[in-house]
Amino acid sequence: MIEGIFVDGLVFSIMVIGILISYRILNFADLTCDGSVATGAAIATMAIVGGLPITVALLLAFLGGVVAGMVTAAIHNKLKIPGLLAGILTMTMLYSINLRILGNKANVPLLRVTTLYTKLPAFFGFLTPEWASLVGTLLVVLFVKVIVDIFFRTDLGVSMGAMGGNEQMVISQGINPEILKLMGIGLSNGLIALSGGLLAQYQGFADANLGQGMVVQGLAAIMVGEFLFSSNRISLLTLRAILGAIIYKALMFFGRKYGYLVNITPNDFKLLTGILVIASLFIAQTRSAASSAGAKRKAIARSEKRRHTKEGETHA
Amino acid sequence: MLELTSVTKVFYPGTVNEKLAIDDVNLHVNAGDIICIVGSNGSGKSTLFNLISGTYPVTAGKMIFDGTDITARPEYRRAMTIGRIFQDPTKGTAANMSIEDNMITAETKGMKGLRISLNNEKRQQYRQLLSLIGLEDRLKDNVGLLSGGQRQALTLLMMVMSRPKMVLLDEHTAALDPRNAQTVMDLTERFIAEYALTALMVTHNMQFAIDFGNRLIMMDEGTIIFDVSGAEKSKLTVEALVRLFKDLRNKTYANDAALLTKG
Repeated sequence: MIEGIFVDGLVFSIMVIGILISYRILNFADLTCDGSVATGAAIATMAIVGGLPITVALLLAFLGGVVAGMVTAAIHNKLKIPGLLAGILTMTMLYSINLRILGNKANVPLLRVTTLYTKLPAFFGFLTPEWASLVGTLLVVLFVKVIVDIFFRTDLGVSMGAMGGNEQMVISQGINPEILKLMGIGLSNGLIALSGGLLAQYQGFADANLGQGMVVQGLAAIMVGEFLFSSNRISLLTLRAILGAIIYKALMFFGRKYGYLVNITPNDFKLLTGILVIASLFIAQTRSAASSAGAKRKAIARSEKRRHTKEGETHA
Repeated sequence: MLELTSVTKVFYPGTVNEKLAIDDVNLHVNAGDIICIVGSNGSGKSTLFNLISGTYPVTAGKMIFDGTDITARPEYRRAMTIGRIFQDPTKGTAANMSIEDNMITAETKGMKGLRISLNNEKRQQYRQLLSLIGLEDRLKDNVGLLSGGQRQALTLLMMVMSRPKMVLLDEHTAALDPRNAQTVMDLTERFIAEYALTALMVTHNMQFAIDFGNRLIMMDEGTIIFDVSGAEKSKLTVEALVRLFKDLRNKTYANDAALLTKG
């Protein structure tokens, strides 16, 4: 049971890292995610059903996501429309494409085929099947995290971070921001699709509606993670995203388990996720207001003290 | 070094808001020139910079830089050899990143590869460079924590690191307090001399424009009305410049601040 929450959270965390790249590092509000996660699930499922090895299936899912992200970036670059609109366009188009990939079916099961989650218990024979799934997923997530951490420390990765902070600065350094966006949004959606490919194997089916509301869930996870600690180091940002994803899934798990006590059903989860995002934003805002109020109080106290000592001197 | 031929810029052509911002400007910049550009608000100084750096495409005309036609070249490619500093100190650096990450991005121009160039040797070099502006112990601090003057000084440092051939300075000290403005200006002078840069600088301060550089250009309504260099320039006074403007344009110079602020 507890292992299930962690596997769920870890599979989800790869998507959260993808969203972290677009929203936080590139500062590009990308909604392609809702489509590309289902694309990844569809591609991986069809590849596995078609008899391809799991690694190839996951690689294809990743590449499918990269292409989806690049389409969004290209629409944004060439037509000069906001990233948000470009993402919505791609996401909508992807819905049809995903149905095509799934052979015009809304749902394709992964029955009686070898998936990552049937293989892992055999591979880690000394563990229970649940723990084997957990350890296997954790290894995949750590692999992705380390690659992403290294990438964002390379010159190319640093320039992507710079673009997220200040696009003009990147242009002034002779870098074409359009190419950075193609690569960055491509990478982001590649990871999101990879997460979709793992999710399909974990839950045992791919669904064209899999992606609905995923962006908001991902944002909720990022914001929950941001309460844990603050840093601008990439390794800690990705760690925070992973922890946030697990905490989010745990919250949802307990919501499913004990929600009925307060009359909450899984139908309410989208509403609750939205409220969680709003609450996180509200708390973050209140916090910064409180710390600036604290700074103000201290500043006043300092100047009062200074005045008193000065007055003391003049009296003396 | 830079040759502008009949450069014209019309904003919003074909609409009621159509505006002729740059009107048939011809300008020849020699290598090593340090040109101050003065003119009242809306005279086209910043638009001219935007055209040279490629932020906007020209409506008509031709621009040759270092022997190659750059008229159709995108902004990021021109930036390989033309450095630019804006009035707004936040435009030249990325606030969400550390000083060292900003510097590594500025070290080489152009698209970056998958190498990790930032190492301790580089950090040592950067520390030395940063000691010029008193930031040698803050390599890992986010640029967002710096003051406007410190950020502008860092922008200047980052600009010269990549050795541009020409620099455009768009009132780059105007948003700073007098002391920081002086520091940034001293640093500008020092770098221009040290790296033998060709520079174009927009300023509102006429006295400064007379004292600084070897050439002075005055703009009005999108045209260059006055271009003076060498000995003729050093003999100028603010009063003479204002009188000249009145004679040439048959109106008074519409910027009291420029007359009141002294060097």
